[in-house]
Amino acid sequence: MRKYFLAPLQVRQLATQPKLAVKPNHQWKSVVGLEVHAQISSTSKLFSGSGTTFGAPLNSAVSFFDASIPGTLPVLNRKCVESGIKTALALGCQVNEVSMFDRKHYFYADLPNGYQITQQRAALANNGKISFPVITPGTKVYYKSVKLLQLQLEQDSGKSLHDDELKRSLVDLNRAGLPLMELVFAPDLETGEEAASLVKELMLILRRLHTCSCKMEEGALRVDANISIHKTGEPLGVRTEVKNIGSVRSISQAISYEINRQIKQVAAGGIITNETRSWDADGRRTVAMRDKEVLQDYRFMPEPNLPPLHVNLKPGSQSTEDLISVAALSEEIPELPEHTRQRLVEHYKLNSETAIILVNEPILLEHFLNITKSLMDVPTKVVTNFLINDLLTYCNKINVDVEDCALSSTDLKDVLKSLHSEEINLQAARQLIELLHNNPKTDINTLIEQHNLQQISDLNTIESYCQQAINNQPTAAQQYRKGKTKALFALAGEVAKLSAQKANMKIVVQCLEKLLKD
Amino acid sequence: MRRHLQLGIKQLTASYADGHISPRLVADTALDDAVKLKTLNAFVRLTPELALHQANESAHRYKEGQIHSNLDGVPIAIKDNFSTAGVLTTCASRMLEDFVPPYDATVYARLREAGTVLLGKTNMDQFAMGAGTVDSIYGPTKNVWSDDLSKDNWRIAGGSSGGSASAVAAGICYAAIGSDTGGSTRNPASYCGVVGLKPTYGLVSRYGLIPLVNSMDVPGIFTRSIADCVEVLNTVAGPDVKDSTTIRRPFKRLQLPKLEEIDLRSVRIGIPKEYHCEGLSTEMLETWTKVADLLESGGATVRQVSLPNTAASIFVYTILNQCEVASNMARYDGIEYGHRATDDRSTEQLYAHSRAEGFNHVVKTRILTGNFLLLRKNYDHYFEKALRVRRLIAQDFAKVFEAGSVEENVDILLTPTTLSDAPLYKDFAAQSNRDQCAVQDFCTQPANMAGIPAVSIPVRLSKAGLPLSLQLMSNTLNEELLLTVASWIENQVGFDCLQNKHVYEARS
Repeated sequence: MRKYFLAPLQVRQLATQPKLAVKPNHQWKSVVGLEVHAQISSTSKLFSGSGTTFGAPLNSAVSFFDASIPGTLPVLNRKCVESGIKTALALGCQVNEVSMFDRKHYFYADLPNGYQITQQRAALANNGKISFPVITPGTKVYYKSVKLLQLQLEQDSGKSLHDDELKRSLVDLNRAGLPLMELVFAPDLETGEEAASLVKELMLILRRLHTCSCKMEEGALRVDANISIHKTGEPLGVRTEVKNIGSVRSISQAISYEINRQIKQVAAGGIITNETRSWDADGRRTVAMRDKEVLQDYRFMPEPNLPPLHVNLKPGSQSTEDLISVAALSEEIPELPEHTRQRLVEHYKLNSETAIILVNEPILLEHFLNITKSLMDVPTKVVTNFLINDLLTYCNKINVDVEDCALSSTDLKDVLKSLHSEEINLQAARQLIELLHNNPKTDINTLIEQHNLQQISDLNTIESYCQQAINNQPTAAQQYRKGKTKALFALAGEVAKLSAQKANMKIVVQCLEKLLKD
Repeated sequence: MRRHLQLGIKQLTASYADGHISPRLVADTALDDAVKLKTLNAFVRLTPELALHQANESAHRYKEGQIHSNLDGVPIAIKDNFSTAGVLTTCASRMLEDFVPPYDATVYARLREAGTVLLGKTNMDQFAMGAGTVDSIYGPTKNVWSDDLSKDNWRIAGGSSGGSASAVAAGICYAAIGSDTGGSTRNPASYCGVVGLKPTYGLVSRYGLIPLVNSMDVPGIFTRSIADCVEVLNTVAGPDVKDSTTIRRPFKRLQLPKLEEIDLRSVRIGIPKEYHCEGLSTEMLETWTKVADLLESGGATVRQVSLPNTAASIFVYTILNQCEVASNMARYDGIEYGHRATDDRSTEQLYAHSRAEGFNHVVKTRILTGNFLLLRKNYDHYFEKALRVRRLIAQDFAKVFEAGSVEENVDILLTPTTLSDAPLYKDFAAQSNRDQCAVQDFCTQPANMAGIPAVSIPVRLSKAGLPLSLQLMSNTLNEELLLTVASWIENQVGFDCLQNKHVYEARS
C-alpha cells in the first residue's frame, strides 16, 4: 500500500539524477545551512509607496526614493513589519521589542543608494525553529528540526540587464526596494533532500500566512545554501555557498551535487576554497562565480533616517497607530501545515504518509476537505486514493501542476459520487478526469452520456459477456477450473475488453465464478 | 523709496492687506536688488519667472481677501541643498550641476503653500561641507559688512549657508532657509548679523534636504528679527509623514509674549564655562559678558554651569560627520542622475571617474576618512565610541536643563556663536577645511549632537564694523522660551542689520 502511495510523490518532486546521488559514504559528513530571501507579499515597497506587481513595465514602479533621488527618505511599511512578525511567530521566533535598521554598503549599478537597508545589529526576530517531514525515495519518512537563527527585514536591489551585443548594461529598478524577509537557518541539515524538504515546508507556512507568494520562478523566494564536508570527529570543513537555485527540485539537486563534488575534490587530494558557486540547472552542476568582490567590507552603519522599530510584546495588548502588538498579530496566525497533518490523522483517520501528501499539495487538501464535507458516506480512503492515485497520476502523466488542473472540487465530488454509487467504474472515473480537464465547465452527466461511460451492471448482459470471454479463452477457463484462481483475472480482463471497459467488475467476477463452477 | 525694507514680515503683509504696497512690487524690487548685489554672490540662481508668477498670484489673493498665511507675498530664498521641483538644485557641486529635482522639499512645499515668493537658490559650501561658503563651484559668498569687497580683502559670510545669510543681511529677502548640521545656519547668521535659528531635531522635516549628516541635519531659518523667525518657524514646523524622524506630536504654533510682558525673573541663564575657550576674541568675550549682565539686570538668574564633555564634542562630531558623509555620498555614482564621466569602459571606471570629477577635495577627503572609520576593524574604536561620547554630550545638556534641583538647573544657555567677528577671506582660506571647521563649529555643533534648539542673534558691531553675535540654547522643544529670551535681548541691544551702509551703497 505504501509503495503505491509514494509512487507519484517520488515522480513529482524527488526525482534525483542517479549520477548525482551520493553513494553512502560513512567516512564523510556533510553540513548544510540555508539562507532564504522571501519577498513579502505587499502592495507597496518596504520604504516607499511604489507598487510591487511582478512583470510591470521596466522602471515603472520606481518612486523617487527607490531611485535614490537626493533628499528622499525611507518610510517603513507597516504591513511588511506585520507580515514579518507573523512569519516570525509561525516559526516560533522570539520577536524583539526593539529592532533596528542598518546600511550595508557596496557599489553596484542596480543598488541606487550605494547601500542596502537591512537589519544587522538587531533583527526583527531570532531563535525560531522549523520542523518538517523529510521524504527521500526508498527511505522511511522522518522529521527533522532546524533552528532559525534570525529573521530580518531588508530591501531588495534592482536588476542589471546586460546586453552583450551592444556592450551595455541597463538597470531596472522595479525590484529595488521590494520588501524581503531574510531567514538565516542554522547549519543543521545534512542532505539535499532535507534542504528541499525544509524549503517545501517553509513555503507551505508562508503561503498559509499569505506573507510570501513563494513563486521561485519570479524570484519571490530565493535560496542560498552553505555546504561543507568533514570527517566524523573532525572540525567542520571550508564551506562553499551555492546561489541561483531556481526551484525546490534544484535545491536537492544542487546540494547533492555540491556535496559529491567536494568529496571527490578532497578524495582526489584537492582542497575546498571558500567561494560562491552558481547552480547551472541545465548542466546540472555548480560552477564557481567570478569573484568580483575581494573580501568585501560592507561598512555597516546604523540607518539614521529610521528610528528604532518598537513593538508591543505585552500579552493581550492591541495594536495602535504607533505600535504594533505582537499578541494581536498572533491571533491572526492560521492553522499551520503540521497541525493540519495531525488533524487529518486524528480526525479523518488517514495514515501519516497520506496526510503529508495532502498537506504538501494544498490543492489536494482543499479537494479532500471539500469532498469529504459533502460525501460523508464515501470512506476517506477512497477519496484519498482517488486524489493521489488517479488525479495526481493523471496530472503527472500530462505534466501539469495539479494546481493548474481544471477540475474543481465539485467535479471531483461528482465523479466520486458516481463511482461510489457504481454508476461508473474506476476506468470511467479516470476517463472523466481527462474529459473534465479538457472540457472544463461541462456537466459530468452530459459527459457520461456523450461518451457512454455508464457502467454495465445488468446481469444478463454481463452473463453474455462472461460466456463470450470463456469461449474466447478456453485455456484460462480450464486453468481456473483446475484450481489456478489467478486465471480468473485473464477472463475478467477479457470481459473488460469486450465491454469496452464498462462492465461492473464486481458483478463480472461473481458471474464468472458462477459460470465456471457450473 | 524701498522703505518696505525696514518692515518686519507682519508689517509687510499688513501693508499688502491695506493695499499700500503690492507683493508684485516687492518681488520686482527684490529681484532688482539681487542683481545689483550680485557681487556678494549670495544667489547661485535666481528664479525670476517663478517669483513674479508667485507674486502675482499673491497679489491676486490679497485683492480677493483670500490669503494663505501670514507669509503670503513675502520674498524668500532657499539654500541650494533643498529640493525645488523643476528648479536646479546643485549643492554647489559639480556632481549635481545639472540636477533638477522632481519634487519639493517639505520646507519649501510648506512655504510655497503659505504663499511666499521664491527669489532663488542660495550659495553654500559643496554639499554643506564647510564653514565659510568658500568651497562652491559658483565661487565664494562675500560678507555684506566687508569694508573692501576687492581682491582677497573681503570678509567671509560664514557657512555653509552663507548665501542665505547674505541674502537676508543685504535686505534682498525677508527670510531664507538654510541647513544646520554643526552650525551651518548659526555661523553665517553670526557673521552677517542676522537671526539664525536651528530648531529642535525632528521639529522641521528634512524631507528634500539633501543630507550631510542625517542624524544632525535640521533646516535652519534666517531672518532679520526674532518675530519674523517665529512666523517662518510656525509655517515650516510640524510632523511630516515623509520624514520618520520628525516628532510625531502635533506642532503647537509658537506665540511669544509681548515685549513689555516678558518677565525674566523666572528665567535661569547658564554660562557654560567650557565655551570660554582658546581663540575666543576679547570683543566676543566682552559681548558675552555684557549680555549676561544685561539679562541679570533684567531680572534673570545668571549662573555659571559646566558641560564637561564640550571639548570632546568637535572630535566626535568630525567622526560621525565623515562616516555619514561616506554613506550618504555613496549614491552619487553617475547612474541615475548627477555628473557622469565619459569613461565607461567598466562600471567601476565609470564610478571612479564620475566621483573623482564630481566631488571637490573636501568631499573626497571626508568620504575616504568616513569609509576608513566604518571598516569592520575600525567601527568599534571610532564610530561606536563616538556614539557613546555623543550620548555623554547630550547628557551634559540634559543635566543642566533637567536633572538636579531647581537651583541647579537652567532654562537657557548663553554662549558665543563664533569665536570672533567674520575673518578675512585670505586668513580663512589659508587654513585647511578641517582646521576651519574645528574652530568655526566649536560653539555650535554640540547643539546638533544633542538635538536641542539654538539661535544666534546679533548684538553689536566690532571695532572692525562687523557683527558680533551670541548663541542661546534651550532644552528640546523649548523654542518658545528660547525665542522669548532672544527677543528680549534683541530689543535691549537694538541691533539693526540694515544700518549697514553697504546695503544701501550697493543698491545706488
